[in-house]
Amino acid sequence: MSNFFSKAEVTSSGRPVLLHNEVECHLLSAVDLEPEDHRHFSLLKSGLLILTTHRLIWLPSSSASTPTSASAIPLAAISHIFSSKKSLKSVFHSPRIRFQVLVSSDGRVFDPSSGSGSSSGSGSRSVVVTAVIRGKGDCDGFLVKFWDSWRARAWETTKISSSGSGSASGSGAATGIGGGLYSSDGSVRMVGVAGILRKEQEMWESTDKSLQDAFQDLNALMSKAKEMVMLAEKMRQKLLSGTSSQTSGTNDEDMGSKEEMQDWLLSVGIISPVTKESAGALYHQQLSRQLADFVRIPLERAGGMINLIDAYCLFNRARGTELISPDDMLQACSLWEKFDVPVMLRKFDSGVMVIQNKSHSDEEVFARIKSLVTKPEALRTGISPTDAAMTLGIAPAMAKEHLLTAESKGLLCRDISPDGFRFYINLFPEIDPCNMYFVKDYGICSTWIKAVSTTGIGERSSTFR
Amino acid sequence: MQKLGDFKLPHFFNYPPYFTLQPVRETREKQIQLWKELILDYCRTQKIFIVRLEEEFPLFSNSVIERTLSHEAREAFLSALVAEGRAEWLDKGRRNCLILWHRIQEWADIIVNFVKDNGFEDSVMTVEEIRSGIESRGTELHGIDRTILMRALKLLEQKGKLAIFKGTSTDDEGVKFSV
Repeated sequence: MSNFFSKAEVTSSGRPVLLHNEVECHLLSAVDLEPEDHRHFSLLKSGLLILTTHRLIWLPSSSASTPTSASAIPLAAISHIFSSKKSLKSVFHSPRIRFQVLVSSDGRVFDPSSGSGSSSGSGSRSVVVTAVIRGKGDCDGFLVKFWDSWRARAWETTKISSSGSGSASGSGAATGIGGGLYSSDGSVRMVGVAGILRKEQEMWESTDKSLQDAFQDLNALMSKAKEMVMLAEKMRQKLLSGTSSQTSGTNDEDMGSKEEMQDWLLSVGIISPVTKESAGALYHQQLSRQLADFVRIPLERAGGMINLIDAYCLFNRARGTELISPDDMLQACSLWEKFDVPVMLRKFDSGVMVIQNKSHSDEEVFARIKSLVTKPEALRTGISPTDAAMTLGIAPAMAKEHLLTAESKGLLCRDISPDGFRFYINLFPEIDPCNMYFVKDYGICSTWIKAVSTTGIGERSSTFR
Repeated sequence: MQKLGDFKLPHFFNYPPYFTLQPVRETREKQIQLWKELILDYCRTQKIFIVRLEEEFPLFSNSVIERTLSHEAREAFLSALVAEGRAEWLDKGRRNCLILWHRIQEWADIIVNFVKDNGFEDSVMTVEEIRSGIESRGTELHGIDRTILMRALKLLEQKGKLAIFKGTSTDDEGVKFSV
């Protein structure tokens, strides 16, 4: 059986040899080409169908058992392309693209580039060819491009220019079907200056084309954007209304899908409106765990307690990109109570928020503060947050929080003066208002008096002016 | 021990936090108590009846440790005395405080004792004489603040122990005892 279709030249690696100016447009895999009259002609089964500006090229798949040669149908030979009919049948079938080709007198596809088929013989008969697309390619897209290419009739302009250049360059230029710059092995032959110019031109053309495509996409996207925004708004509203109408017994499924929606909204950059009520979107949970891991080392270096703001800066710096907002940070820390992590968020009375190890013991800190503040020097002049910071090995701001907490527990007293903010050991509990002048032996007051008197403070008398 | 004139100061007078109003409730309550006692003691021994907040009051400063009570602290401690009935604000602006290291009733009792001790049960005296007369020398009545004295006398008048009458001049009031 002779081939219905014309033979297409391929390179040694199986790539089609393209004609002068021919550009590939689309391809589909696992395609059968069935001429209507396939009783006389063999089917082409399960190959790669390539649409170019000039032809439909069918390449056999490498797994084909019988080596069928590559075939091509010139677009010029196509007289009609059928639009796809969506019927009930078509739901169950593989998609099909049907078109009508002109058949020359020998019953084969009319090939306008070759000499076969005189003008009188062309157009006498047409045969319908069906391309059955068994692969997963985009058939509708292919069909659209097929229409475009066919209508564009790129081969007509090529013919004019190539015939012109063919006569000019004489024997050196055209060889076989692949005339112009394309040699038989498919590689582009760059001949001198003309070659360079040719190459430049090609680059411009392809850039231009892809730009056009891009703008097409952009236009399409812009029109979609409005719809997208509306859709996102609707979802947001749905989420909001969903939570506000919650009954006491929340359906687990509902919560799950709501969380999914939240995650989706978050991933397209929309803040979930239900942050407080929700159990915590997946994003925040992951962030929370990540933060707990990250913060371990800074905590150690900072002596077990770190200001939330400092932790925030460190974390974002480490992340580099995808910085988190302060709200995210707060959310992540608040979620720690729900997990079993060794860190916790703590808020002091002053409003300062810190991250500290769960193992952190206030009592231990107070013991250290107490021993610091009962040293003779500290008894005389008290301690400042800086002094405490140095002893405790933590930041001064953190040390101040500890001192304030110790004060609130009655361990320390504050002394505010032009010299600054200092803390002393609390002597008041030991003093009896009904017996003010009495000093207990071995009590803290007596220790204090001893420490103070060495500098002579307690001994000097001041006379009433 | 440190002294302020001839007044003996307690050891905690040199404790700097004593001069800073403490924020922690328990600590502050103790601090207030100590200041109340100290103020009363000092005023009693120095015979000070009025404390003016905006003037220098020796007790409120300690030059040794270079600390001074803030206005807020002074007001807090004096208000505590007022609340206890041991002092009274003389003006709405709380700038002047009358210290009652003896309550009015106590002063009244002192007056009665004074009268009895000196046999003035049925006598007549001017208010000024009670304050600064020879008889009052050496007693607590000597140099008593006039406002306080009048209040005590009025209290006794209500109880019928005496009668106050105006003298020849406006500030020459007199008292007729009937103790």
